Amino acid sequence: MIILLLSKDINCINDKGEYKIWADYTRLAGYVLHCRFMEVIRVNKLTKIFGGKTKAVNGVSFSVNEGEIFGFLGPNGAGKTTTIKMITTLISPTSGDARIFGKSIVRNQAEIRSIIGVVPQEFTADEDLTGYDNMLLLADLYNIPRSVSKNRIAELMQLVELGAAAKRKVKTYSGGMRRRLELAIGLVNHPKVLFLDEPTLGLDVQTRSAVWTYIKKLKKDYKMTLFMTTHYLDEADSLCDRIAIIDHGKIIKIDTPERLKESVGGDIITLTIDNEKADITAMIKKVKNVKNVKKNGREYRIKAKSADTLAPILISLVNRKGYKVTKLSLTKPTLDEVYLEYTGRSLREEQGSGEDLMNSRRTMRLSRS
Amino acid sequence: MKRTSVKNFSVEYIGKHKVAYFFKSVWSLANRDLKKWYLAPVLLIISLIQPVVWLGLFGKAFNLAGIFTNSSFNIPGLNIPKSVLDTIGNTFLLNSFGTTSYFSFLAVGMLAFIVLFTAMFSGMSVVWDRRFGFLDKLLTTPVSRGSIVLGKIINSVVRALVQALVVLIIAIVLGMSVANFTLVGVLDTFGALFLLAFGMSSLFVALGLRSTDWQSQMAVANLLSLPLLFMSNAFFPVSAMPSWLSAIANVNPISFTIEIGRSALLGITPAVPFMYDFLYLGLFAAILGAISIVLSWKLLKG
Repeated sequence: MIILLLSKDINCINDKGEYKIWADYTRLAGYVLHCRFMEVIRVNKLTKIFGGKTKAVNGVSFSVNEGEIFGFLGPNGAGKTTTIKMITTLISPTSGDARIFGKSIVRNQAEIRSIIGVVPQEFTADEDLTGYDNMLLLADLYNIPRSVSKNRIAELMQLVELGAAAKRKVKTYSGGMRRRLELAIGLVNHPKVLFLDEPTLGLDVQTRSAVWTYIKKLKKDYKMTLFMTTHYLDEADSLCDRIAIIDHGKIIKIDTPERLKESVGGDIITLTIDNEKADITAMIKKVKNVKNVKKNGREYRIKAKSADTLAPILISLVNRKGYKVTKLSLTKPTLDEVYLEYTGRSLREEQGSGEDLMNSRRTMRLSRS
Repeated sequence: MKRTSVKNFSVEYIGKHKVAYFFKSVWSLANRDLKKWYLAPVLLIISLIQPVVWLGLFGKAFNLAGIFTNSSFNIPGLNIPKSVLDTIGNTFLLNSFGTTSYFSFLAVGMLAFIVLFTAMFSGMSVVWDRRFGFLDKLLTTPVSRGSIVLGKIINSVVRALVQALVVLIIAIVLGMSVANFTLVGVLDTFGALFLLAFGMSSLFVALGLRSTDWQSQMAVANLLSLPLLFMSNAFFPVSAMPSWLSAIANVNPISFTIEIGRSALLGITPAVPFMYDFLYLGLFAAILGAISIVLSWKLLKG
């Protein structure tokens, strides 16, 4: 049965990406199918050694599922860009392999290049050409017929709201416009997987959130798989479905932002009631999802899982006992703490290598002009 | 959006028409560089200033014909008529340069000069593309590394030939002798210039493939181009050079190009039938072109 299912029939998946009938047969068959078709990128012990000794990336393995936004989080010089450069076939790995839709980055480079889109850290558009000419050039290089590419370019320029500036030279663009143009250029071949290397580096807060909006829109409208690197924690938190924390060329932890945050101890609810003599510690401890309670006068410090849903339960519980809640605060752990927990350092203090720093400064300078 | 299989979009487009795709990508890349040039005439004019200055100032100031023929020079005691002196002067010129007009002699050299200097900048543009990240972007597209290099070479060849044509026109305006001009002669000259431009652009592009800073690229280009020019017959006939210099000048592709030009435009008899010159230049262009493409497979990386 499984062999029959695996043979070649991809069409058992309907437009919404659900399995029509096959998954009903056996859970196992469904699971095997799931693994086979939902995995877009599979990285296996990827290693890059520069100059014979510097291990920029050290045996990294992970996989990215279809339709998800996968984030690489780490400080400058952790190996994020080197990994992305290897997966996008810009540099070849010292050892190990990665497969995108089953194509190897070592052997099937041409095939991979035509199905991926890359938005690099630096601005790469030709400043002396117009935005439109830049897009047209890249479309030609993907060998997209002009009849198709002209419409597609117009559509993409609309998407990133550069329609009005399309015929202007790129050197007249602002930093945010250039970043959006890079996004549009990365999409010109309608890639299956889009790689974004520090997509918001050096942008101001407003432009950053605009770029986030586009990225979310892309995921929704094009059902694309996105792989991004970032060293902004809030960015990883709000955009990514799963995050890999990378440090010194090694992956330390991969999980969803929520679970990562939970893993460092969960949420904290601080609850104050109107009666100082009463002790409801034992009662609170019995509630589901509560991990730990500390009493301090009228104040209870509760460590718990999914505090949002727990808080109303606690309030009604306190009310039923005849007390009143006078104050309630809810603290969720940030990725900052997660990062500190796993790498032993705060991300903010990190300094990258000289070249990395110079590159990012150059990009920042350009973005702000 | 419908779920699509992996094999679509560009994969299909490329798979079916590999050869057409190759030419399309080379032309798209060459046209990208050319666009900046023909859409900005100021650049074109600036790039012409140098050869025009050389032609106008050097060519006219270095008035060898004037020294030999227009002087009122005479030897005291002997009363040699001016016409005899002029004839002696002209014979001198004819013997060493093959023509009595040094300006025309130099003008053909200038055609090779502009080609060489345009080729020099083709290497620079590779370095700029790397610096500005454009090359990294190109390398993530399915375009072959050879196409990137060929695009640069074609761009440089087109620029070089257009500039050479402008220099030729200016030279004619400034008094180059057109007595021996034929259409075939002009075509022969530009054929030779094409091969020279192709070979030299390949050389400088290959030098720029791995370079990341333009200062060193510029230094190398300068180090090569001026000696290449002076170790050729661009300014002086090879026969008047010391043997070590003429040995180099005799294998210098620039000399071969200029020899074809002087024979085709000015009617100066070449040392060997210029079919051999063409053969030599063709080999030069083909070998350097091949080297730059092979090197690009190895050196064009992120």
